[in-house]
Amino acid sequence: MAVTTSTPPDERTPDTAEGAPEPRRRRGNAVDVWLGVIAWVVGIAFFFPVFWMVLTSFKTEADAYTPTPKIIFEPTLEQYEGVFSSGIGPYLANSVGATVISTLLVLLLAIPAAFALSLRPVQKTSDVLFFFISTKMLPVVAAIVPIYVVVNEIGALDNIWTLIVLYTGMNLPIAVWMMRSFFLEVPGELLEQASIDGAPLWRTLREIVLPIISPGIFATALICVIFAWNEFFFAVNLTAANAGTVPVFLVGFITSEGLYWAQLSAAATLAALPVVIAGWVAQNKLVQGLSFGAVK
Amino acid sequence: MAEVVFDQASRIYTPGAKPAVDSLDLTVADGELVVLVGPSGSGKSTALRMLAGLEPIDAGSVRIDGRDVVDVPSKDRDIAMVFQNYALYPSKTVAENMAFPLKMRGMDKEERGRRVRQAAEMLGLTDFLDRKPKAMSGGQRQRVAMGRAIVREPQVFLMDEPLSNLDAKMRVQTRAQIAELQNRLAVSTVYVTHDQVEAMTMGDRVAVLADGKLQQYATPPELYDRPTNAFVAGFIGSPAMNLLDLPRSSTGVTLGGVEVPLPREISDAAGSRDRITVGIRPEDWVLESTDADAGSVIKAVVDVVEELGSESYLYAHLAEDTSTSIVVRGPGRVKVRFGDPIAVRPNPEALHVFDVETGQRLP
Repeated sequence: MAVTTSTPPDERTPDTAEGAPEPRRRRGNAVDVWLGVIAWVVGIAFFFPVFWMVLTSFKTEADAYTPTPKIIFEPTLEQYEGVFSSGIGPYLANSVGATVISTLLVLLLAIPAAFALSLRPVQKTSDVLFFFISTKMLPVVAAIVPIYVVVNEIGALDNIWTLIVLYTGMNLPIAVWMMRSFFLEVPGELLEQASIDGAPLWRTLREIVLPIISPGIFATALICVIFAWNEFFFAVNLTAANAGTVPVFLVGFITSEGLYWAQLSAAATLAALPVVIAGWVAQNKLVQGLSFGAVK
Repeated sequence: MAEVVFDQASRIYTPGAKPAVDSLDLTVADGELVVLVGPSGSGKSTALRMLAGLEPIDAGSVRIDGRDVVDVPSKDRDIAMVFQNYALYPSKTVAENMAFPLKMRGMDKEERGRRVRQAAEMLGLTDFLDRKPKAMSGGQRQRVAMGRAIVREPQVFLMDEPLSNLDAKMRVQTRAQIAELQNRLAVSTVYVTHDQVEAMTMGDRVAVLADGKLQQYATPPELYDRPTNAFVAGFIGSPAMNLLDLPRSSTGVTLGGVEVPLPREISDAAGSRDRITVGIRPEDWVLESTDADAGSVIKAVVDVVEELGSESYLYAHLAEDTSTSIVVRGPGRVKVRFGDPIAVRPNPEALHVFDVETGQRLP
């Protein structure tokens, strides 16, 4: 994603040049070119492994193992068939379930919380906000032991709802913080106007505030989806065959089929695909949401 | 339609601190347009928000049509407000925006539609009813905000600097439209502005506020002709009145080394004070020939000339006392330029005199 949106500096120069005589410090042309080259090199260096993974996933195991890497080869879907037949299905379902349900719960809780903390601030608002973000400061590794003990005691190991609760808790502080910054952009006069007009709070929220911040809600939801989908640590420690998610499945693949590069690539590509697609589809909305308020 | 009364109404943000609005007493007669005017921080917007129910009334009371509204929520005060930035709901169309307060009051759809169409017609918005506010110009948005207030048929209109976001030409146009509309609907209106020209042109009566306190509440001509204190004198009128702190002499005051005689009643009112503040409006100077006798005219040197076509304003400093600056209205196409000497004489009939310490008008 990052690569598709980045514009190398050397491509930008013609655009700005057409404007009126700008009092801009002009760098030497050679410097611009070099900066462009560096930008491309760094960009490609970051993207290349991903590209290679996708490429490898369409190879046969034999092609994947040639001493000189093969760029030209006969593409095959054989590895993907292999992945599906090795039982990714339930793991995919678990991932989708945990991601979707936890994200909905986060939105349900974060919207009222952020509304209260931004538009109706009270004395302890900053303390509350700090408390939220402080929950992200503790390393998850340190928290896993008590969590494991509790989950084990209540007999909720390898249960998808355990993950849903944890993912909701994990994403809630971020969602409240993000959403609060969007709420803060809503002009106070709109709420005052609504109260003079006689709109009850829930109608004000639903009919007036939410439509304004919908790009922000969308961006927040997408971030939650990405974090929940990619989450590995809780999943690997608290789930097994029943509630395992795609990242857990992927790890199983590495240990058991570690030498089968092509099939592993196919599984990894499948795991990355939903997030990439979601990001791609939502690109404009995401940027709009994250830069909400920057441009009015 | 109703009478609005502020009765010793105060707003105190932090206990012990200076009140934002301090014991305001003000009566808006039925159907009257009253303008609250003052510099920023004067409490004019706070006073309006107290009337709207957006700020609590910490002391005293506010009554609308005889009913004490201190504990009445905004929506039950039967008021409509127009905000500076219009506060249009961005996700709703013009028609939906205008119908929203009616919908919230449970009015049936037919009646809502009728009222919205009627208001739209009155404001020339008929062609825009299906548009979103985003697709409209500032002036059109302003009219939608007006329309939303009108459809309510409230007892009181509240307007908080509704013209501030418009460009100069649009502002003058809309100013007249609002005044005309208010006349026609005859709904009591409280209008807040920091622009004294708006206050003077629109208000039936004008309340001048400073530091949370009411300075003067009067009709525009009265404010202009008899400002009650030096603050009002300096605030109303553009360019501002010349306010000069001058020593008394036997017959009047000394200005730029020249004796300026004061009319009898002013001189009596000034009593034994050795200094008084003398206010002279720019138009109350008489331009004299520079050859005139040194004892009878005040000599000054021009710093800036503002040529407005029909008239001009000369900003000058006194030749005798270079730290004292004055503004003099001259005829259009005045011949003087930067650095030219001029000679002026104040019209003794038009002088305003204030106490140096308290700023209160004498007599």
